[in-house]
Amino acid sequence: MTMLEDRSTTNAKLNSKVPAGALADKWDTFKANAKLVNPNNKRKFKVIVVGTGLAGASAAATLAELGYQVDAFTFHDSARRAHSIAAQGGINAAKNYQGDGDSVSRLFTDTIKGGDFRSREGNVYRLAQVSVNIIDQMVAQGVPFAREYGGLLDNRSFGGAQVSRTFYARGQTGQQLLLGAYQQLSRQIGLGGVRLFNRCELVDVVVIDGRAAGIVTRDLLTGQVTSHAAHAVVLATGGYGNVYFLSTNAMNCNVTAAWRAHRRGAYFANPCFTQIHPTCIPQADETQSKLTLMSESLRNDGRVWVPKNADETRPAHQIPEEDRDYYLERLYPSYGNLAPRDISSRAAKRLVDRGQGVGPLKNGVYLDFSAAINRLGRNVVEERYGNLFEMYERIAGENPYQVPMRIYPATHYTMGGLWVDYELQTTIPGLYAAGEANFSDHGANRLGASALMQGLADGYFVLPYTISNGLAPLLNKSVPGTDHPEFKRVEAEARDRYQAYINVKGTRSPDYFHRELGKIIWDYCGMERDRNGLEKAISEIPALYDEFKKDLRVTGTGEGVNQTLEKAGRVDDFFQLGMLMCKDALTREESAGGHFRVEYQTAEGEAQRDDENYCHVAAWEWTGDANNATRHEEQLSFETLQLATRSYK
Amino acid sequence: MSHVLKNLTVKVWRQDGPTAKGNFETHVIDSITDEASFLEMLDVLNERLIADGKEAVVFDHDCREGICGTCSLMINGQAHGPQRATTTCQLHMRSFKSNDTIVIEPWRAGAFPIVKDLMVDRSAFDRIVESGGYITSPTGGAPDANLIPVPKPVADASMDSAACIGCGACVAACPNGAANLFVGAKIAHLNLLPQGQAERFKRAEAMVDTMDEHFGSCTNHGECSAACPKEISLDVIALMNKDYRSAKFKNRKELSRN
Ligand SMILES: Cc1cc2nc3c(=O)[nH]c(=O)nc-3n(C[C@H](O)[C@H](O)[C@H](O)COP(=O)(O)OP(=O)(O)OC[C@H]3O[C@@H](n4cnc5c(N)ncnc54)[C@H](O)[C@@H]3O)c2cc1C
Ligand code: SF4
Ligand code: FES
Repeated sequence: MTMLEDRSTTNAKLNSKVPAGALADKWDTFKANAKLVNPNNKRKFKVIVVGTGLAGASAAATLAELGYQVDAFTFHDSARRAHSIAAQGGINAAKNYQGDGDSVSRLFTDTIKGGDFRSREGNVYRLAQVSVNIIDQMVAQGVPFAREYGGLLDNRSFGGAQVSRTFYARGQTGQQLLLGAYQQLSRQIGLGGVRLFNRCELVDVVVIDGRAAGIVTRDLLTGQVTSHAAHAVVLATGGYGNVYFLSTNAMNCNVTAAWRAHRRGAYFANPCFTQIHPTCIPQADETQSKLTLMSESLRNDGRVWVPKNADETRPAHQIPEEDRDYYLERLYPSYGNLAPRDISSRAAKRLVDRGQGVGPLKNGVYLDFSAAINRLGRNVVEERYGNLFEMYERIAGENPYQVPMRIYPATHYTMGGLWVDYELQTTIPGLYAAGEANFSDHGANRLGASALMQGLADGYFVLPYTISNGLAPLLNKSVPGTDHPEFKRVEAEARDRYQAYINVKGTRSPDYFHRELGKIIWDYCGMERDRNGLEKAISEIPALYDEFKKDLRVTGTGEGVNQTLEKAGRVDDFFQLGMLMCKDALTREESAGGHFRVEYQTAEGEAQRDDENYCHVAAWEWTGDANNATRHEEQLSFETLQLATRSYK
Repeated sequence: MSHVLKNLTVKVWRQDGPTAKGNFETHVIDSITDEASFLEMLDVLNERLIADGKEAVVFDHDCREGICGTCSLMINGQAHGPQRATTTCQLHMRSFKSNDTIVIEPWRAGAFPIVKDLMVDRSAFDRIVESGGYITSPTGGAPDANLIPVPKPVADASMDSAACIGCGACVAACPNGAANLFVGAKIAHLNLLPQGQAERFKRAEAMVDTMDEHFGSCTNHGECSAACPKEISLDVIALMNKDYRSAKFKNRKELSRN
C-alpha cells in the first residue's frame, strides 16, 4: 500500500476558480468581471503560443486580432500540418439544427456522462455553450461543411449521443477546420500581428519568481538553442498518445512541451486517462510504425460482428447470419454499434482474447457495410465514406465494398494533460494550456467529435478572455528579458541535454527504445489495467530507461537537421511520462471511462467507479524523480448532475 | 495475404545541406514484407544505418495517413510514386516486386530548396496563403452558420478543391516548377463560396502575384493534376485565371451588383 501513502489532500494551487452562481451563468459572470486590456495597450504585451493546431492557431490568430504581439511556434515546417489535420469524423455543437431535442444542457450532460463524471461541471458547461459559436465562426471562414440539398448544414450522430449534432466536411473535418484556422493565422502573419517560428521546438519553459517568463527552443534546421521572453505563454502542443509507440497520432506528436512545463512546476493531471479508439486498422506486421484510424462515423452505418465460433475458417460473406455475433447490438441494444469508445473497445478486446478475432493474425473484428449498401445503395455509402473506404483499401489491400473491414482498438487520444483552472491557466502563473495538451473537459473518456470542439473553444472563445484577465495587472510592469540569468541557465541545460544524447554513443536507436517502452505501456497501462501489471511496468520502465541512458545511439551531430536527435529528446520525456501514467493508474483504485482496472468491474464486466474515494482529479507534482511524483487532488462536485452509473444498455 | 519482397536496390539522394553537392547512395534491402508502407521501408533502412554508425536519411513525414501533406519524395521519377491518388506515406510495398531498383529523390523545384537529403523547404506556399488565401472573418463577429445557405453542389465543389494537402507534388511534377494547381485549388475553394465573395478578386490578384514571385509559369502540361494525390482538377486553374483576369478590370465598388 506504499503507493497510497503519498496521497495528500487538497492543495492550494489546485483552485479551479470556477465562478460561483448557477451553471448557466458562470461564463457570463466571468466575462462580466474579467479585467480587460485597453486596445492601445494590448500591443505592449507579448504572448507566446506554442503549437499551431486547432487550439494554437485559433488562439494565436485571435490574440493577434485583438492587438497582442504574438510569437507562434511549431516544430512542423508549416502551421498547416499540425496533427489536428488528421481528424476525420466531425465536430460537435449544440446547434439543434435537426430539431431533434439537442440543447446546451444536453451536450453538457452527454459530455459529463461520457467522461464518467471525472470532469468539472463549470468547464464542460462553458464548452457546450461556446460550441455554437464555433460553427458560425468556421462557416464564416469558408469551411466547406457538408450541406443538405436546401443548402443548410448537414449533421450526423456520433458515439455516446442520441441526437445528430456532429458537423462534418466529408471524412476530412479536422483538415478543413485546421485550414480555416491556419488561414486566419496566415492572415495575421501577413499583417505582421504574428511572427511564426516554424521547424522550431520548445525544449524548456523558463519560470522566474514563480511566473512563466518564456521558453527555450531548439531550431530544428540549425540545432541552435534560443530563449524567448513573453508576458504569457500558451502551450497548445497536443496529446501524448505516442507514448504507446503505436497509436493513431501523427509520428511526431510528443509530450515534450507539456512534460518540460511539468518539470518546471506545472501539475500533470490524470495521465492514466487515455482513450483507446475502437475502429482502427489492425497491426499487419512488425515494421508497423503507426496505426490508422477508421472514423467512428463509420459505425453509423457499419455493423460490428465476429464469428460465434472461434474455429471459424470461412470468409466473412460465407458465414450465415446465425453464426455471427453482432455483439454491440446484443449487449447495448439502445446504443448498439454507437456505444461509447471505451465500451466498444473493451468488447472487441474480450472477443479477440477469446479467439474470435478475424483476419490473418486473428487480431480484429468485422465492421460490415453490406446491410447499409443494400439499404441505401452503394452511391450513398460512397458519398458518406468514400475517402475512408479508399484509405482502407490502400492500407489493408482489401475492398470494403466487397468484404467487411477489419478493425481493432488503438490508442487515440489522451484526456490527461496539464492541470488547468477555469481560465486554462496551469499551476505556473502566466502559463496556459489549451486543446489536447490540457486535461480539462473530457474527464475519463472523451466523446467522439468533441476534441475539435474543445480545441477551438479554448483557442477562439476562452483564452482571449482569460489571458486578458491575467495580463491586465501586468500593464507597465517590466518582465524579465532573455538576458536574465535564468534564461541563460535553462538554455545551457538544454544544450547540454542534447549534446548528452549524442555523447552516449551506445548501440540502440531512439526508435528501438520507443518501441520497447510502448510495448510495456500498452500491455500494462492500455485497455485494461491491474495492480500486478502496473507494478511490473513501474519496475520495468526504469530499468529500460537506465538502458536508454547507457546504450542510446544518436548518429550525426547537434548542428543542422538531425531527426534521430530530435527523437531522442522526445523518447526521453516519454519515459518519464510513462512512469507517471502507470503510477497514476495504480493509485486510481477504481475504473472510470478509459481507465479500466480489472479489479473494479461490475458483474457484467462494466467499469465500476468509486465516487466515495475517487471523485477527484489527480494532479501530480514533479519532485525531481520521475518515479516519485507527489499526488494532489482536486475534488469534483456535481451540483447540477447526479452522479450516476453510466449505462448504454 | 502478405508476401515478402527480396533483394530491393534502393538508390537514395543524400545531400548535407542547401548548398552542398548531393549524390545517390545505394543500399540493398534483403527482404521486407509487402504489408510495409514505403516509409516503413525507409524506417528499416534508417535503423540499419544507425546500427552501422551512419546518419539516418532525412525525410519529412508526419501523419502517415495521406492528409498532412508533409511527406514528399520522387520515387522512380514520379512524385509520390507509382500509385494513382496516393501520397508517399500511403504507398505500400505491394506496389513493388522483388529485385526492383527504387530511385528516391527530393522534390526538385526552384521554389523548394533542398534542406537536407530528401527534405525540402516548401514555405513559399505559406507566403502565398499569407498574401490572401483566407476569408477575413475575425473571431466573434460571425453570423449564424445557417444564415447563408450554400447550395450542395457549390459546397461539394468547394470541398473538392479544399482537399488539397499542400504537399507540393504538383510543383515537383511540373517541368516549369509552377504552383498553379496549388494556388488554383485554394482560390477555387474560397471563391466558390458565398462567404468568399467580398474578397474574391482581391484574393485572386494577391495570391497570383505572390505566386509569380516564387514559382515558374504554367504552360498547360497538366503533369500537376496527374501527380496530385488528391486529384485536384485542372479546372481550378481555369477558374483562377478567370478571376485573376476579372480582377484586373473589375470595378470593386460594384462587386455586390453581380
Ligand atoms: C486520427 C485521428 C482522428 C481524429 N478525429 C477526431 C474527430 O473526428 N473529431 C474530434 O473532435 N477529434 C478527433 N481527433 C482528436 C483531435 O484531432 C485532436 O485531439 C485535436 O486535433 C488536437 O488539437 P490540438 O490543437 O490540441 O493539438 P495538435 O493539432 O496536435 O497540434 C499540436 C501543435 O503543437 C506543436 N508542438 C507540439 N509540441 C511542440 C514543441 N515542443 N515545440 C513546438 N511546437 C510543438 C505541433 O507542431 C502542432 O502545431 C482525432 C485524432 C486522431 C489521431
Ligand atoms: S494541388 Fe495536389 S499536388 Fe498540389 S499541393 Fe495540393 S494536393 Fe499536393
Ligand atoms: S505523412 Fe502526412 S500526407 Fe504523408
